Parts: sequence; structure tokens; C-alpha cells
Amino acid sequence: MKALVWHGTTDIRCDSVPDPQIEHPRDAIIKVTSCAICGSDLHLYDHFMPGMKSGDIMGHETMGEVVEVGAESKGKLKVGDRVVIPFTIICGECEQCKRGNFSVCERTNRNGHIAAKAFGHTTAGLFGYTHLTGGYAGGQAEYLRVPFADATHIKVPSTLSDEQLLFLSDIFPTGWQAAVQCDIEPTDTVAIWGAGPVGQMAIRSAILLGAKQVIAIDRVPERLDMARAGGAITINFDEESVIERLNELTNGKGPEKCIDSVGMEAHAAGTVDAMYDRVKQATMMETDRPHVLREMAYVCRPAGTLSVPGVYGGLLDKIPFGAIMNKGLTIRTGQTHVNRWTDDLLRRIEEGQIDPSFVITHTVGLEEGPDMYKIFRDKQDGCIKVVLKP
Amino acid sequence: MRYETERTRRRGHADTATDTLARGLGIFSIALGIAEVVAPRALARALGMKGQEGLIAGYGVREIATGIGILASKDPTPWIWGRVAGDGLDLATLATALEGRNPKKGNVGIAMAAVAGVTALDVYCAQTLSRESPTPLPPMQDYSDRTGYPGGIEQSHGAAKDFEVPRDFRAPEAMRPYTQPQAPQRPTPSM
Ligand SMILES: NC(=O)c1ccc[n+]([C@@H]2O[C@H](COP(=O)([O-])OP(=O)(O)OC[C@H]3O[C@@H](n4cnc5c(N)ncnc54)[C@H](O)[C@@H]3O)[C@@H](O)[C@H]2O)c1
Ligand SMILES: [Zn+2]
Ligand SMILES: [Zn+2]
Repeated sequence: MKALVWHGTTDIRCDSVPDPQIEHPRDAIIKVTSCAICGSDLHLYDHFMPGMKSGDIMGHETMGEVVEVGAESKGKLKVGDRVVIPFTIICGECEQCKRGNFSVCERTNRNGHIAAKAFGHTTAGLFGYTHLTGGYAGGQAEYLRVPFADATHIKVPSTLSDEQLLFLSDIFPTGWQAAVQCDIEPTDTVAIWGAGPVGQMAIRSAILLGAKQVIAIDRVPERLDMARAGGAITINFDEESVIERLNELTNGKGPEKCIDSVGMEAHAAGTVDAMYDRVKQATMMETDRPHVLREMAYVCRPAGTLSVPGVYGGLLDKIPFGAIMNKGLTIRTGQTHVNRWTDDLLRRIEEGQIDPSFVITHTVGLEEGPDMYKIFRDKQDGCIKVVLKP
Repeated sequence: MRYETERTRRRGHADTATDTLARGLGIFSIALGIAEVVAPRALARALGMKGQEGLIAGYGVREIATGIGILASKDPTPWIWGRVAGDGLDLATLATALEGRNPKKGNVGIAMAAVAGVTALDVYCAQTLSRESPTPLPPMQDYSDRTGYPGGIEQSHGAAKDFEVPRDFRAPEAMRPYTQPQAPQRPTPSM
């Protein structure tokens, strides 16, 4: 089959690889009908995230049709079922899964011992996302092997299109969880850094959850455009001081809730802390660039919440923990517990509260995938979200 | 501040690196200018240009003015081009000191090499700035209709108020009164 394969930094190719096989009785194989490129994939493309090996298949936002089911998954899935595959692989039975903390499932990461070395404990296996999280082949391919398939799927109705459903795999629940982590009250101002796909979903989720005011921060004009369409007030961080504007919009008190949907590759051109981070990153003394976290900790209203869906991989430097501690801020983070939210979100799509397909700007075949990685990373051609059709 | 245009990877973004370079050149201009104004005699001696102290001090005033222009103007581009012209003048003047029997020819050579180096930076900076746009680029595509709400935003705003935030996702009760002045005494919903 054809698949998008990682070969090294900024080197992704559309290769011919062997078709996946059932390897375990709980597996299923799906024929991929649609898959997407995620901002998290860019951390692999730019090789900020360690743990990739040449030959790894990319992709963790996938949907399709079941074509083969292992013996132990037969009760839950059958050939022909239409499913969205969550990016987190879940067993459904461990203590964390039972609590709904699916992204920290204790059983699905077959390289759990490596993750435990890096993080203290294992986290869930993920599709197409480094050997730290299991080294499972991803879904930017014609076929995908789904391990623990009896639990790792979302059944979806035939009445909705792929485009409306695909993002249940990741970015819609991710934006939603980011907003839920804020425990939004009708009086809240929610400030969202990053108007990429995750930020766009967070904006809509905060609106659905009834926030009084939603503010989006980015510098890419068309992304700010789309944020405004979703009901956000926008700040272009190239042109205005983020801290000043946020204080202005909240009578000097700062937003109650802050969401970091940027993550470890934040831009902070020209500021002193940006140069410091670049130097430290280049000398391997720091792995991530936490400019957004610093800004959030500084501007957030005392007793407020910092919600961090943006991905970080390792060590962060110069975090103003004094501000966080003395202002009594709550920090909530995590990879998304996708299946915890998807039943509810599917209903909201069916009821017409939201249609996540608004975010798609490019739809192409798998062969054009490698070019689209570059276009998406460089924000060329108005690109916000890419859907691939294998 | 100037913005990168279509040709660069960071289309439409403020080019803060070139901005910083321009500012550095501005500060350099002022520092060099002050040296020329304060110590024209020492400079003239070192370069074997006795009798040209007035000219050197004059060049110093030019350097200071250009430096202030770079730092104080909204758009430093014309001032950096001014530096390029000034560099040319400096090089030409230094070249005259190479003629005849100047015993300080070695120093003059060093000075010319230094000016040539700065000239290269000035030209690079001026060219980059000139290629850029003084205003941010307009959006590449019009996404102003991409609301994501099939029934309009009014219908969707607060549509998920029926959602019960799970207990483990709720903000600490003790902090609510401080962030929620209007609704402090809500009883804890049980899960
Ligand atoms: N928690 C999860 O489970 C989960 C799931 C999916 C994605 N993510 C993460 O969410 C983040 C965003 O993903 P995406 O797909 O939207 O990526 P993206 O790269 O398309 O979007 C990031 C946006 O942040 C903007 N940005 C950069 N620096 C900024 C700054 N200093 N201030 C404000 N905005 C800034 C960029 O211009 C860009 O538009 C990534 O880190 C991704 O890994 C997390
Ligand atoms: Zn993702
Ligand atoms: Zn589990």
C-alpha cells in the first residue's frame, strides 16, 4: 500500500510499504477513507520531538471502513463498520481507562518502559507518534492496523460526511477538552493562544460552553480571520502587545482562563526570552520554547486557570512559577482523552450546534502529502487544515 | 517595522531580525560618530590625515544624524540607504590617504577593510528592508464565512450549557469566588 513515511528531519515521502496484518486477536484493519495532518505531526516533521525512526508511518487523525477483525474484537466491530479512530490507543480496562483518563492508558504503550524513563510513568500508545508512545504505524496510509480495536474506535453514522466526522479523532475533542479544562462560567473571558486547527476548535468549544468573551492570539492573518468568524476577538502578536491588549479587554484584570494551543514551537521573534530559548535549544540545554506559557502565567487573572493542550516534549526553562504560585493559578494539561468526549460531541455535530469541517482548507491525495506538510508548516497558500484522501 | 513578502517562508510576518540588525547599525553609527566628533585629532594622526580634522568631525556629525534617523524613524529603510552612501564617501576619503608617502598606510588599509565589512552589512540590511512591505499582507484567503456554526453563532453560543463538567475537570471550589464575583455561592453539583 501507499503511506506517508518519515525518513528524517523535514523528509517525509509517499512510499510503497507492506499492507498491515492482524498481529493480535484484538486488532482490526481499516481501509482509510480520510485522514488529516495535525500540528503535532509538525513537531515530528521538524524533529523537535525525539524518538522517530526512519521508516515510521505518520498520521493519527484517521477514519475509514473496517475490512478485517481479529477474533477478540468480533463482538464490538464487524467488517463494513464505519469508524473514526482516536489518536490515543486505549485498552478500556485499566484503572486509568476506567476513570476516563484514556490518554494515560496503562497498557497500550508497548514501549512503556521508555516512556517511564522519560516521564516517570507510561502514557498511552499513540498512532504514528514516536517510539516513546509505542511506535505504532500511523494512518496517513491506505490501510491502518488498529490495536485494541474493540475499545479504540468511535462508530459513526452514515448520515454525516467524512469531513464532518474526521476531527472527532483528535482536534475537535482536543479543543473541547482544552475548554472543559477551563470549567467555563458565563462571566469568563477565555484567551486562546494559537489560531491553528486546535485553537479554532477551542474557540468554538468555548463559545458552545457559553464564555462571555473569547480572545484569540496569532499572527497569521487568515487564521485570525477564521477565529473572528468563530466569534473571537483577535490580537495579532506581531502588531500589538498581547499583555496590554488582554488587560485592556478585561478592565485590567486579565482573562480568567488561558489556553495554550501553540505548544513547544512557539514564536517569539525579537524578544529577549526568545533569543535565550533559541540559544539553549541549539546547545541542547532546553528542548521546548515556552514563550506562550510565560505570557499566560503573567497575564492570567489571580485564581484563574491555565489550560495547556499544546504539546511539550521535555525540559522548559524560565517558567515564572512565582507568578503561578502566588496568584494561585490552576494548570491543567494532557493529551486528549478522546473517547471520553466523542459521544457527546458526535451528538452536537448531529444536532447542528457545530460543523467541524469549517476548518478544512486543503483536500489532496496521499501522493501530495509530503508537499502539504511543507505548505502547512510554512502557512503558505492560506493553509489551515489538510485532509488527505488515500 | 516591515513585513516579509510572498517570497519568504514567513510571509506576512514582521521581520524582527532585520529590524534588530538595523537598530544595531543605528547604534554603531552614533558610537562611531561620537568618536569622530570627540577625537578627530587622534583619528587624523592614526590615519596620517593631519589637517583633515574638520572633515573627520563633519563625518562624525553625519554618522550621528544617520544613527538617530535609524533609531527614531518609523521606517529605517531610507536611513540605512543613507549609511550605504556614507560608507562610499568614507571609503573614497580613506582612499585619498593611500596616495603619496603616508607612513600610516597600514592603518588606513585596516580602516578600509573595516568600513568595507560594515558596508556589506549595510547593503544587506537595506536590500532586505527594501524588498519588504511596510504594511502586513492581507489574508491569503477569505475565511470570514467559516463560522463552524450551521445555525449561526447566536444559536450556538451557550448551546452546550447542558454539558456537565466532570468533577475531576472542575476548577478548585476554593478559587471560584475570586474568578466569579457574580456567581460565588453555587452549591457544589455532585457527580
Ligand atoms: N493535547 C493534545 O492531545 C493535542 C492534540 C492535537 C494537537 N495538539 C497540539 O496543539 C498545538 C497546536 O496544534 P495545531 O494543529 O493547531 O498546530 P499549528 O501549528 O497549525 O498552530 C499553531 C499556531 O500557533 C501560532 N503561534 C505560534 N507562536 C505563537 C505565539 N507566541 N502566540 C500565539 N500564537 C502563536 C502559529 O502561528 C499557529 O497558527 C500543537 O502543539 C499540537 O501538538 C495537542
Ligand atoms: Zn493531533
Ligand atoms: Zn487502558
